[in-house]
Amino acid sequence: MVEPHPQEFVEPVSEIDVRLVDVVKRFGDSNAVDHISLDVKDGEFFSLLGPSGCGKTTTLRMIGGFEQPTSGLIELQGQDVTWLPSYKRNVNTVFQSYALFPHLTIEENVAFGLRRKKVKDAEVKSRVTDMLKLVELPGFERRKPNQISGGQAQRVALARALINRPAVLLLDEPLGALDLKLRKQMQVELKRIQREVGITFIYVTHDQEEAMTMSDRIAVMNRGQYEQLGDPESLYERPQTRFVAGFLGVSNLLAGTVDGSADSFVLVKLADDTRLRVPAGLVEGKTEIEVGIRPEKIRMNGTDDTIPAAANQLEGVVSDVSYVGVSTQYIVASKSGIPMTVYEQNVERTSQGSLYRRGDAVRVSWLPEHTFVIRDAAAATREPVPAKEIH
Amino acid sequence: MTAVSQPLADAPARTASRRPPRRIFHAIDHWALPAFTLLAIGYLLIPIAVMIVFSFNDYQGKFNFVWHGFTLQGWLHPFDWPGLPDAIKTSLLIAFLSTVGSSILGTFIGLALTRYNFRGRGAINGLIFLPMATPEIVMGASLLTLFVSSGLQGGMLNGVVPKGVLFPLGFTTILIAHIMFNISYVVVTVKARIAGFDRRLEEAAMDLGADELTTFWKITFPLIFPGVLAASLLAFSLSIDDFIITSFVSGTTNTFPIWVYSIIKNALPVQINVVGSMVFLGAVAIVGLSNIRQARANR
Repeated sequence: MVEPHPQEFVEPVSEIDVRLVDVVKRFGDSNAVDHISLDVKDGEFFSLLGPSGCGKTTTLRMIGGFEQPTSGLIELQGQDVTWLPSYKRNVNTVFQSYALFPHLTIEENVAFGLRRKKVKDAEVKSRVTDMLKLVELPGFERRKPNQISGGQAQRVALARALINRPAVLLLDEPLGALDLKLRKQMQVELKRIQREVGITFIYVTHDQEEAMTMSDRIAVMNRGQYEQLGDPESLYERPQTRFVAGFLGVSNLLAGTVDGSADSFVLVKLADDTRLRVPAGLVEGKTEIEVGIRPEKIRMNGTDDTIPAAANQLEGVVSDVSYVGVSTQYIVASKSGIPMTVYEQNVERTSQGSLYRRGDAVRVSWLPEHTFVIRDAAAATREPVPAKEIH
Repeated sequence: MTAVSQPLADAPARTASRRPPRRIFHAIDHWALPAFTLLAIGYLLIPIAVMIVFSFNDYQGKFNFVWHGFTLQGWLHPFDWPGLPDAIKTSLLIAFLSTVGSSILGTFIGLALTRYNFRGRGAINGLIFLPMATPEIVMGASLLTLFVSSGLQGGMLNGVVPKGVLFPLGFTTILIAHIMFNISYVVVTVKARIAGFDRRLEEAAMDLGADELTTFWKITFPLIFPGVLAASLLAFSLSIDDFIITSFVSGTTNTFPIWVYSIIKNALPVQINVVGSMVFLGAVAIVGLSNIRQARANR
């Protein structure tokens, strides 16, 4: 392989908490998890992000010990735990459905793990009290799970897991069942708790905004593998595959051919002969590439406005306008017919009552350094797996 | 004035025209349904009421058929009839042992059938209903053949089962038969309870450090216990009540129903009503207690 691949084995770092080495999980004749290798660092908030069926929950369940991998290795703080049952792993899980024991009180639920370790009564009491304080449910000891709300149950599930002081906390879409407002609150809350206890969190979600808000690093998963791994900013600013570009936010992708260079830029010729500038470092010697640009980085201009010389520009016609409060979303059909999505903050133009309307001829522009280039090779360079040859 | 009184005069006329059908439905609502319900309940309860009333009868002669006056003699000497105390003891012991045996076996079969996918699971799921569906008289006859064949020279089970276990017939054979037909009912009842069981709860327990056995006793069993309890109550009442199968496999041992049947040709002592009333009141008490418990748990 010529280029460093995101799923290449990563050099060992001293404070690795969880390491997956070439893990495969096969259900029937399809691979739910397809050769994943990754390292999660100590104290990190790590997210597995992807659509349903991408293998993120299966990966989490293998780390938790609820599923055994078909092949591969799972290490926890340097120890091979691949074949250890879940009760012998220093890992705790917050389940999507919370899985609170309905016949036990909140106190007995939270104390369950400590009771198994035969911790003394007095210590159990005080730790349960502290833990319920941490999740802001003091005084809930005597209640039963059916007497509390979904948001509260979620906190109890968190307390029940954290009280054991695990090396790693696994969270399987824990906010999925909550309404939007509560979910936003809990995101902040989870992040606070994670900072306070300093435990490694591995968080599974299909909500890109949730993952971006909380995570230190995210692995964007698709079809049993992760396509890209990185911090939220680099994933958003430099998505490497079409899937990542489309799953994290909205992207405009323009296919073109490399056609010469100028200064530190490479010129890319689109189908309609427009030339775009792309930072040379992103192209990596390829000739057929896809240039990406985020909608909010594009400026809308009238056809007679002046545009900085260095900027890329395309001419087109406004084909759709939606006013969405903080911004206005335009669809601009470029000359060659490619629809470009453009977000414009509602600042001056709105107050002057001069939003563009359907049918207006416009010129859209953006700075070359805001572009990214799809390294779409990602799917092609993988080892082909027979069971997954659907595409 | 006339303009105003006109609609007023109209109004009662309109309601009057609507009133007759309404009154009929009203009457049905008010009287027919309760009456019908009362009839149905009476149909169910009158035999029981007769049994209880006649347990207080100061009867003459051998048969407790005609009301002669109130007495507490029956309730003061409830077991005073030759053979009755033994029959009751046997019935209670067999009911108890077969309940315990079939509850344990049935619960584990129910768990296995809902939890694990193994070869023959479908077949077992179907076969488990057979003892319920088979006429008792067929079941009794076939069990009799099976048991006797273990004791006869050249019989099918001769030499396979140690002599004296299945033949001569008696306590052991009744117990085996009762456990057998009870298992089906236990499995069906327990399975219904397990079907609503969230496996994540067990995963959560194991995640929190409980091994398989601890998980079973701390989480699984308490949660399926209401089902197991219901199943064992059902098993107990089926066992204490059974006559047909028991009559084939009891040999010379008497259970309460067998004893009643054997004596009824010569006499119908008040003790039969007394013991029957006791069983009924006991059952009512158990149901009442469980209702109270349920109400308390829901509070």
